[in-house]
Amino acid sequence: MSAPATADFRTRLQDWLPKLVLAPSFAVTLIFVYGFILFTVILSFTGSKMLPKWDFIGFENYVKLFALQHWHIALRNIAIFATLYIVICTAIGLMLAIFLDQKIRGEGMLRPIYLYPMALSFIVTGTAWKWFLDPGIGLERVMHLWGWESFSFTWIKDNDMAIYTIVIAAVWQTSGFVMAMFLAGLRGIDNEVLKAAQIDGASNLQLYRRIVIPLLRPAFLSAFVILSHLAIKSYDLVVALTGGGPGRSTEMPATFMYSYTFTRNQMGIGASSAVIMLMTIAAIMVPYLYAELKEKK
Amino acid sequence: MKIVTKGFASAMALTVGLAGAARAEDVEVLHWWTSGGEAAALNVLKEDLASKGIGWIDMPVAGGGGEAAMTALRARVTAGDPPTAVQMLGFDIQDWAAEGALGNLDAVAAAEGWDAVIPGALQRFSKYDGHWIAAPVNVHSTNWVWINKAALDAAGGKAPETFDELIAVLDAMKANDLTAIAHGGQPWQDATLFDALVLAEGTDFYKQAFIDLDPAALGGDKMAAAFDKLIKLRSYFDSNFSGRDWNLASAMVINGEAGMQFMGDWAKGEFLKAGKVPGTDFICIRFPGTQGAVTFNSDQFAMFNVSGEGKLAAQAAMATAIESPTFQSAFNVVKGSVPARTDVPDTAFDDCGKKGIKDLAEANTNGTLFGSMAHGHAAPASVKNATYDVITAVVNGEYSDGATAAKALADAVAAAQ
Repeated sequence: MSAPATADFRTRLQDWLPKLVLAPSFAVTLIFVYGFILFTVILSFTGSKMLPKWDFIGFENYVKLFALQHWHIALRNIAIFATLYIVICTAIGLMLAIFLDQKIRGEGMLRPIYLYPMALSFIVTGTAWKWFLDPGIGLERVMHLWGWESFSFTWIKDNDMAIYTIVIAAVWQTSGFVMAMFLAGLRGIDNEVLKAAQIDGASNLQLYRRIVIPLLRPAFLSAFVILSHLAIKSYDLVVALTGGGPGRSTEMPATFMYSYTFTRNQMGIGASSAVIMLMTIAAIMVPYLYAELKEKK
Repeated sequence: MKIVTKGFASAMALTVGLAGAARAEDVEVLHWWTSGGEAAALNVLKEDLASKGIGWIDMPVAGGGGEAAMTALRARVTAGDPPTAVQMLGFDIQDWAAEGALGNLDAVAAAEGWDAVIPGALQRFSKYDGHWIAAPVNVHSTNWVWINKAALDAAGGKAPETFDELIAVLDAMKANDLTAIAHGGQPWQDATLFDALVLAEGTDFYKQAFIDLDPAALGGDKMAAAFDKLIKLRSYFDSNFSGRDWNLASAMVINGEAGMQFMGDWAKGEFLKAGKVPGTDFICIRFPGTQGAVTFNSDQFAMFNVSGEGKLAAQAAMATAIESPTFQSAFNVVKGSVPARTDVPDTAFDDCGKKGIKDLAEANTNGTLFGSMAHGHAAPASVKNATYDVITAVVNGEYSDGATAAKALADAVAAAQ
């Protein structure tokens, strides 16, 4: 009589165990991710200044937000930064991965060299590049000391060019990581396919263009997802590298959100900018993910 | 045996006493005075309290203007566990008072007569709704010019008193192959310079524009003139000014690479640390055209709502200690600022400090003591940052003439209100 009961308990436990084990992380995600997204959305419709307040004012924060020149600068900057960052990182990462995949000697040593910048935090990268690019102490000064007096590289002090120095530093940091992802993708490609193509007389260029790169599609997906979220949350790099300057010329949505929410006591506007960021990223990612993942089935 | 018992008993008493003190009579203080000189100045207060048996739980959150500290504070208050006292600036104090988070110091203030000795312009921040909520520690005045004496001598030797004389001196310094103005291109530093330019257009005008936020004054001719002067002054910066920290700019004046710096009185600390003597190595003057008026910012300790007799007593004792003339003198000599009460003897201060105390008292009597816009003592944070946006854009060359900038300023301030 007792044996079936035990078995019953066991099966039931087996049924429940995965759910039980997953429950805490599920609850934590539910509250701390989706709960706070909801909290921010609600805040964006209130007149909160320094601390959250619950007086609803409709879309006023959004109207104010888009009237701010400062916000338009931030949007323009993120457009420039995200496009260049994603495209250049992917291109360099792919190129490095293809070169490293030529069965060259010393790959084991080269790979970590390219990968290591990723081990640094963006604060370190930002500070190091700030010094390197500073005309008074960095590259320009060294060139002058070496006798190349006419050398000039003052992008970091230039209102229009400073945003590109952020692209440079960010690309330096992340391309090695993208390379590693593509390298893993390249190693996963079936050699039989490549051999078959070679027998059919495909050149190296054709081989990569028609077979390898299309087969890397999942790696492109991961690279795109990771790079685009790194781009939109780029806060620490900007703070360390330019501090949003010169003036306000390298302000990004993330730095905008922080300063309005926490230092300018305009929490409502800060929250609405966060919501716009979320919606922007969702508008780009959701169709892309949907298209990519649907095709696989 | 008897001695042992006695010793044991007193040890017990001591332990109990300490435990009691730890539970009821500590003050927990959130502040951002973490750099060498500042920490030394704060130590004066710590030791003073320790001598009264009050413990000090330090809660330093580093970061110049206290932005990080304010973020930490938000978390503590939202969690219902505020510290005893928090270092705070200007409108932040009023904002926290409006949230109902601050305590009441009326009893201490009345017993010690704060109303009579603390300048009215400071009380505007230390009082909310007629009640004392914060204890001012110091007054920094921001309309100072720090000039390298040797560079000035080479450029004619006369300290400028008008804007035209200033330009003449700057031209002479430029001709002597110096960077005429050592400036750090960060929004608050740009705004500090601009404060002085607006004040030089007239004390009434400063009040109308920056304190009353009158749109006509903000967008008017005088503001345009002030912006034109700012555009003129930026031609004396070196090409590498943007993003430079203020103390590095001070170092340029100290080393003789640059002629002068426009900065608040905290810059003096850098000169003193480098072993320079006021009057012989460097001189301090008010920004040309602003002698007699003072723009200030004031560090205060805002006292939060704490519960329990012991904690309240410790908080009151801390407030008393902060306002005691000995502490005011000792602290401000180290910090470079001037005392927050006008009856503190100036004997311990150097020449620049003495001048600062005299100017403050004079401005207080004449009604020309104003909160600094750049340092959040003229208007709330949202307005302050809106003015930063425009001023820093001018310094970085985004506006070619003052009139357009003045109009942009009026618009930005209107949008932030």
